[in-house]
Amino acid sequence: MSEKITLTVNGTKRSVEIDGWERLLDVLRDKLDLTGAKRGCDDVACGACTVVVNGEAKKSCSLPAKRCDGAEIVTIEGLASGTEVHPIQQALIEAGAVQCGYCTPGIVMSLYALFTKNLNASEDEIEDVLEGHLCRCTGYEAIWEGALLAQKLLKKNKKK
Amino acid sequence: MANYKYVGKDAVRIDGMDKVSGAAVYVDDMDFGPNLLHAEIVESPHAHALIKKVDISEAMKVPGVVKVVTGEDYPFTFGLYMQDRFIFARDRVRFVGEQVAAVIARDSKTAKRAAKLVRVDYEELPDVLDLEGALKKDSVLLHPDLDKYSRCPWFFPRKGTNIAHWRKTRKGDIEEGFAEADEILEDTYTVPRYAHCAIEPHVIVGLYDMAGRLTLWSSSQSPFTQRHVFAEALAPLGLTHKDIRVITPYVGGGFGGKAGVSMEIIGCALAMAVRGQPVKVRLTRAQEFYNTYQRQGVIAKIRLGCKKDGTITALEHTLHWDAGAYVEYGANVVNAVGLSATGPYRVPHVKIDSICTYTNLPPGGPYRGFGYSEFHFGLESHMTRMAKKLGMDPVAFRKKNAIAEGDTNGYGSKMNPGDIQKAIDEVAKAVEWGKKEESADPDKKIGKGLALFWKAPAMPPNASSAAFLKFNEDGSINIAVSGMEIGQGYLTVMAQVAAEVLAVPPERIRVETPDTDRNAYEWQTVGSHVTWSCGNAVRKAAEDAKQKIFDTIHRGCGLPVDSLYLEDEHVKSRADASFAMPFKNFVINGIMTQDGTWRGGPIVGSGMFMPEFTSATGDPETSQGGHPCVHYTVGAAAVKLEIDQRTGKMRVLKTALAVDAGQAINPSLVRGQLTGGLLQGLATVLYEDMRYSRKGKLLNPNFTDYKIPTAEDVPDEIIPIIIETPQPDGPFGARGVGEHTMIPAAPMVADAVEDALGLRIKTMPLTAEKVALAARGIDFGSLKTDSIGFCFMGSDPADYDFKSRDSAATE
Repeated sequence: MSEKITLTVNGTKRSVEIDGWERLLDVLRDKLDLTGAKRGCDDVACGACTVVVNGEAKKSCSLPAKRCDGAEIVTIEGLASGTEVHPIQQALIEAGAVQCGYCTPGIVMSLYALFTKNLNASEDEIEDVLEGHLCRCTGYEAIWEGALLAQKLLKKNKKK
Repeated sequence: MANYKYVGKDAVRIDGMDKVSGAAVYVDDMDFGPNLLHAEIVESPHAHALIKKVDISEAMKVPGVVKVVTGEDYPFTFGLYMQDRFIFARDRVRFVGEQVAAVIARDSKTAKRAAKLVRVDYEELPDVLDLEGALKKDSVLLHPDLDKYSRCPWFFPRKGTNIAHWRKTRKGDIEEGFAEADEILEDTYTVPRYAHCAIEPHVIVGLYDMAGRLTLWSSSQSPFTQRHVFAEALAPLGLTHKDIRVITPYVGGGFGGKAGVSMEIIGCALAMAVRGQPVKVRLTRAQEFYNTYQRQGVIAKIRLGCKKDGTITALEHTLHWDAGAYVEYGANVVNAVGLSATGPYRVPHVKIDSICTYTNLPPGGPYRGFGYSEFHFGLESHMTRMAKKLGMDPVAFRKKNAIAEGDTNGYGSKMNPGDIQKAIDEVAKAVEWGKKEESADPDKKIGKGLALFWKAPAMPPNASSAAFLKFNEDGSINIAVSGMEIGQGYLTVMAQVAAEVLAVPPERIRVETPDTDRNAYEWQTVGSHVTWSCGNAVRKAAEDAKQKIFDTIHRGCGLPVDSLYLEDEHVKSRADASFAMPFKNFVINGIMTQDGTWRGGPIVGSGMFMPEFTSATGDPETSQGGHPCVHYTVGAAAVKLEIDQRTGKMRVLKTALAVDAGQAINPSLVRGQLTGGLLQGLATVLYEDMRYSRKGKLLNPNFTDYKIPTAEDVPDEIIPIIIETPQPDGPFGARGVGEHTMIPAAPMVADAVEDALGLRIKTMPLTAEKVALAARGIDFGSLKTDSIGFCFMGSDPADYDFKSRDSAATE
């Protein structure tokens, strides 16, 4: 059964036809050509598919798109503005937190949701968020440093 | 130390922006339009069975199904080092999950539904799920035609057995070596199978167009090797190398799992079946576990002889590998270990047998470390135990016996430069070796462990690399090579190598991901060899371009070639201090002379590299006489581990790893390999545990039941140490480090457990439950029930009688 839903994706209103319980990840990747969110495990274990839905980081591989009708969605493609990368993106590059890059968009989006809600998130809260993402390359240390650097950069930007 | 401008510096990854912004394209991100077909694989439910009949009629009736293919459509074998596989199983299936057929449909849901309607009649055969079963006199044979398979000249299968390859290394006189020994220690160690767990599952899209061109977009570490294997397998259909094009965009992690050809052959075959339409094969996470490659299991029996003063006199190392249903790649893991299982030690009398055995489990194959992690677990555990038996400090024992430059290794080659002594000293210092530490919590104990490692790239003697380099109008550079960026930072390192030669900053250089039509050849991105091998090719390509620049300037400006040098994107001359010609002024359009004519043209460079001193001609009975390995990278690691005696839960308080990188082209990337590899190694010993049913079905093919580490599982402190003893034939002295960083993890943890609790555990993994049970005197292996599955390696190696099985196999 197909139905039409409306999503605001990265600030633009998009109408899409969806089938039954089609997942948000499939809609983003296959129907809106937003392939930044990745498919890694299909059972909410790896976090590579994470996008931000109404301000919350969500693993889109298991989220039915029909539940997102009317939602505001931010994906990795919506984060950089113009020629400027987002401070979280900048921080992950600087910290050497990127290797194969497959888990990176999901991690960026989780940190984005966290720091948007609470720029003063504690180290425990940051760790809780990172714990939801599997990375096989880095050993996490550089990602951890990148997350702390991102918080620092964002705080600095806010003061300006 | 040479004074380099770009080499040895922490240049920012040139692919960083692509990857943080979502711009980086992986195969599954590519758009093939509405004509794209999707495939679903029909899998064997049996570990070993004859295929009696495949009925596709019901599946073909499903609307949207385009084609169903079976083994009957492809009577061709394939394989990297030995052609022991069909594209789809034909006469028999040999592991649970093996591809028997595939349904191609307009969409993946339809393909999935129709695949369930393909009816396959099987006649079950007795299965061979462990080594003991595989090596009996009357064992069922998995490959009755083993001796007829086409294979590389350095494999020695045993006809009429399940032994696909047997690598023997003999040096000195082993009996004499044990006669000279004051102490002899003998024991057996087991290492089970492991999964790579790259976060990107394997995916391939194939298009066989109406002009006869086959293009594959593949998530692969080995585009050229894939093209070659595809061309060999499909030669009966009239395809040649030039007709096949493999394009590999970014790859979401490899770890060896995307080397060679595994599931990619399916995509290749299916593309041939639906000419004119692209078709995609994408593995699920579960398939990723059971139908790519797995790291092979091994049972290793070690007999070590030493003099009272700690000098090693003899080593007998027998390794039985559970290589799975097909060994077209995995047998070379066995081979590599058969050559190098002395570890980084000076051993006068050596007897190594490394034996590759077929079992009805998923195919074994390459995995970061290529067998070295597996044999180091036993060997390094054994070295510590021997030291203790001799009353020596394990570090002093290792320092006394560690291999040094110029020493002769097991197969008779001379050891290359490398400072393992410094590595030992540095890591011992980092964990305060020798200082006994107590936890503040009375339920917790602290132990320390230290292990050495070495590893050589395992490759054919003539494995090679090539590079194309071209300047652009603005003086920026594009490099077209075919090593794969799998996360290690290869693209950045190649840019730094070219930058150093051509005086162009790395950020002004773009290094392209592979396309076999356009980029220069690379054998494979495996064996930690691309920095060394492709780095040499890129360096030569840059030198080639540099000569052309000098020639252009000489002919255009009249300056003598030997006066010219490059600096900051300019050509300068020692003959004329005022001369400074920016690259952008001439690298495409040349230089105008006084009469208005032009000299020069687009500057391009090419380079190639092949090690010209290697050979695989060693005697099959001794391995003496050839030069199979290019060089070894050496190092050491140490750990301080805290164990909760109640739960067995372990916490790495501190760990240090020192590796001799020769010359770190980019120290930050080397540290990235070091922390990532170390955690991957720690995971194999602390968490990961593959479990099978009694019928050979993998029970935990997902991230919930097969535990890879999360951000909460990292060591409290990691100390990465880079040592630099230049490799004479490496680019700027570099040698590889990628795999090495996971090798010492398991034995050093086993040592630390013994140091803390007085328990020596000889079977991996050392999970918390195993340690907690061992602390109560309970053997984990004895508790195995159907509900927790098996790892088929035998938890009590004492039960295995290798002698009789060896003789059965040789008879």
